[in-house]
Amino acid sequence: MSPEPILRLEGVSKHFGEFTALDNINLEIDEGEFLTIVGPSGSGKTTLIRILVGIEELSEGKIWLRNNRIEEMPANQRPTCMVFQSLALFPHKSVGENIEFPLKLRKQKPDQRKSRALELLDLLHLPQSFYDKRINECSGGERQRVALARALAFDPEILFFDEPLSALDFRLRKNLEKELKDLHQRTGKTFVYITHSLEEAMVMSDRIAIMRSGRFEQIAIADEIYARPVSRFVAEFMGEVNLFSVSGDAGGNPVGTEIEIQVRNTSLGSSMKLSKGASATLMVRPETVHFLTGDETADFVVGGVLKAEYALGSRTQYKVEADNGDELAVEKLREDRFLGQVGDRVRLGWNAEHAHMISGG
Amino acid sequence: MERQDQRIGLLSAVPMGAVLLISFLAPLMVIAIFSVMPQKVFSLLHLPDFSSYKLLFTQGYIKSVLWSFGMAMASTAILFVICWPLAFGMAKVFKGFGLFITIAVVITLFVSENIRLFGWVLTLMKGGLIEGHLRAWTGLTFEGALYNVPVIVFGLVYAYFPFMLFPLIQGIAMVPDDARQAAADLGASRRQIFFEVDLPLSAPGIVIGSLLSFVLAAGAMAESKLLGGQTVIVIADEIETAFTYGQNWPLGSALSVVLILIIGALSIFGINRVNLDLIMGGRRS
Repeated sequence: MSPEPILRLEGVSKHFGEFTALDNINLEIDEGEFLTIVGPSGSGKTTLIRILVGIEELSEGKIWLRNNRIEEMPANQRPTCMVFQSLALFPHKSVGENIEFPLKLRKQKPDQRKSRALELLDLLHLPQSFYDKRINECSGGERQRVALARALAFDPEILFFDEPLSALDFRLRKNLEKELKDLHQRTGKTFVYITHSLEEAMVMSDRIAIMRSGRFEQIAIADEIYARPVSRFVAEFMGEVNLFSVSGDAGGNPVGTEIEIQVRNTSLGSSMKLSKGASATLMVRPETVHFLTGDETADFVVGGVLKAEYALGSRTQYKVEADNGDELAVEKLREDRFLGQVGDRVRLGWNAEHAHMISGG
Repeated sequence: MERQDQRIGLLSAVPMGAVLLISFLAPLMVIAIFSVMPQKVFSLLHLPDFSSYKLLFTQGYIKSVLWSFGMAMASTAILFVICWPLAFGMAKVFKGFGLFITIAVVITLFVSENIRLFGWVLTLMKGGLIEGHLRAWTGLTFEGALYNVPVIVFGLVYAYFPFMLFPLIQGIAMVPDDARQAAADLGASRRQIFFEVDLPLSAPGIVIGSLLSFVLAAGAMAESKLLGGQTVIVIADEIETAFTYGQNWPLGSALSVVLILIIGALSIFGINRVNLDLIMGGRRS
């Protein structure tokens, strides 16, 4: 039995005129979890988070925080807090004044406020000398930490993040992602993070919710979403993938509809079986596809021509053009990279345990 | 190369510099020198005495100075209170309607201030638009609303409305919506948002608007003459009288110098407190 959810959404919708930004959303967020909502721009994730903190009003639906309905409650009365995409630091206040802002609103004494602000600077690995710095003297990464410290000073029940890392350069972002995960563990707070970057989501989250056109497509742990996506959209959103349209033959075995796939029928489990005539999508991730040599074989085999080879550092990626012109991706660790030449005829194979059948076209 | 550029720059600035010097500084210098000349002379070739400045205190001119600045302060404060909500609406809320208000306010500036004030005289006087209608319809009557201090302040508020409104709009437009939302999210009430976010972040606009309307109101004369009758004599009125009927140029000059010094000091004080680059389109960070 899982614990009571800290936040529960029931039938939340948002319309802007004719446009439906959120379409009947249901969601439960557990106490202390790190949930990331991922979706392309325009999927409604920003609207959703703004409704959850109270900056935007919903059109229909109910929101419970623990046992209290909060959808009518204005932002300044909700015990939640958000780190904005722009960070929204106050440029006329010093770092210390920014962090103390929520405490000042609660009429805390200046010395109490200051000691809390210094604690938070420590927690976020900023030197205490930053207390008197101006915001415009801080770098992007430092501002990020100040915004986080300000949000933590508020001591929210749930901390929301609206893509705060998107403006930073790659290396800084990678560091802060890990720090954020670490911070989540240390504070034990419930974090809800939105991003369009799946990598960001995978690094940090306990659960990932994939959003598309105002609905959740799939909500699950990262590995589940990666290995067993419920739709083509999720599969493609979760990084490089090979997708094949298939339909069931008389024996219930998948047959490629656009590309010829040799299937070793005897070893297929029930998860790979299709009823006759039913169409589905067969998915396999590039790192589980092998180049077959000699008379090696696998559950699924496809022929093609090696088109290109890209070094990705620890891994090497290959593009193979199948006979119908489709491009397939294969990835190998650098130490077991394929020794063929571009232009060679190759056979690609993978086994059923690495494949996933997405029902529907 | 750089030094040469600098020389050419200086050289090409000479003509305009000379024009500015002659047209702005020279008259001020003349006024300053006249102010220390003996009474009722028309030449600068006398030994300076400071008799005009003594008159300032002995003949009650200081009262006019106080009236001018007092009414300027009152009208500026009232303007700020009236203009803030409108400016906020125009900067953040209204869309096309904001343009309509802008045009409506600007169009009033096309008509000379004196003519607009006469319009108010006709509206407010006994037998005018308001009192006349009231008497015709109800038989009740009153003495008209003219010839008192509040109506002068009203006139100042009316005349300098655009000079407060437009800088305020600029100032409020500089307050990022995110900062207001973040403040609310962190628990700030409307009042706290106003004092903690809106006010400090729109300070450049507030300072410019207040300075413009204060300086103009302190030097204004038409409102007190037309709407106020002779209820109070403002400093600008005294200066005009000294130069014309009074035929006492040194006295007029001394009064002008006092006005210029007070206004100048206030302006420098105000402008030093805000970053003007921000309102001119500069970036905050």
